[in-house]
Amino acid sequence: MAGPTIDALGQFSLTTGLGPLGRAGHFTNSNETMLASAVIIVGLFALGLRRHALVPGRLQSLVEILYEFVRNMCVDTIGEEGLRFFPLVFTIFSFILLGNLLGLFPYFFAFTSHIAVTLALSLFVFIFSTGVGFYTHGFRFFKFFVPAGVPVWLLPLLVPIEIISYLSRPVSLSVRLFANMTAGHVMWEVFAGFMLLLTASFGIYGAFASVVPLGLNVALAALELLVAGLQAYVFAILTCLYLHDAVHMH
Amino acid sequence: MDKGRDKAAFERRLKAAEDAAAAPRPESAQKSAGSAQRAIELAMRLGVEMVAAMVIAVVVGWGLDKLFHTSPWLMIIMVPVGMVAGLRNLLRAAGKK
Repeated sequence: MAGPTIDALGQFSLTTGLGPLGRAGHFTNSNETMLASAVIIVGLFALGLRRHALVPGRLQSLVEILYEFVRNMCVDTIGEEGLRFFPLVFTIFSFILLGNLLGLFPYFFAFTSHIAVTLALSLFVFIFSTGVGFYTHGFRFFKFFVPAGVPVWLLPLLVPIEIISYLSRPVSLSVRLFANMTAGHVMWEVFAGFMLLLTASFGIYGAFASVVPLGLNVALAALELLVAGLQAYVFAILTCLYLHDAVHMH
Repeated sequence: MDKGRDKAAFERRLKAAEDAAAAPRPESAQKSAGSAQRAIELAMRLGVEMVAAMVIAVVVGWGLDKLFHTSPWLMIIMVPVGMVAGLRNLLRAAGKK
């Protein structure tokens, strides 16, 4: 029977963006959304900070709330030295947040649903925080893998565990973001496809019955909005946590 | 005259706002919101933390096996190490703050 089918993963396929120019430069639709999110965040700040009003308007408030939120996160998690890393954390947070939120809109590509993107982001964070650790502490940073106050004969067992635990950081960081975004979009697509299937199979009754998946999708939209914000927050706060470990070694 | 009344109204509102700001904040509401946020954050983290350590351990074991031609022994040794590392991740994520 040739009818509508559920193609849940088709939405993640890469095509070219920006017309013939993009095709020549291998510019994908994923890059298009990345560019859009970068432009939006820079534009938002340029517009919001155009006038330095003492009593901020809506746009300036939004910008200030974002700034304060990330600044507090940095200071609370890393400590006063955390302000040095504020630009990095803020860039990561706003980029992922905008990427997640833009991905919720039709015709926008959710670039955080590709593990290549999230793994690149988390590997950058991982390598950077390790670099910060070695820069701040030199070779004493290796002590990070030796838990304090344990008998020497346990060390051959504990050091590999600590190293594995450390190496698992970029994996958990990237997989969490990627899996959450992908799962949400797949569920949306499945329910939407189910509506088409119902209508095609049962005609008018199916069309009435497809109110149920529609309602689920509406509820899912709210959940996805929460997940989009939360995942950006979790990514940013874990970045702070790793930088804290690198700076303070506990 | 109109202006004067406006000023009086403004003073009144300013007083009210100052009183509101001076009053003790509803701490408990803020606190419970904070702990709910923390709970959701943990729920998002814990599952992946455990699996990630396991995956890394198996990959490291597999790579070392390739290097030393000892397949599959190092990988088998690394599996319990990965499990413990996953638990270590859990404890670290749950215990902090």
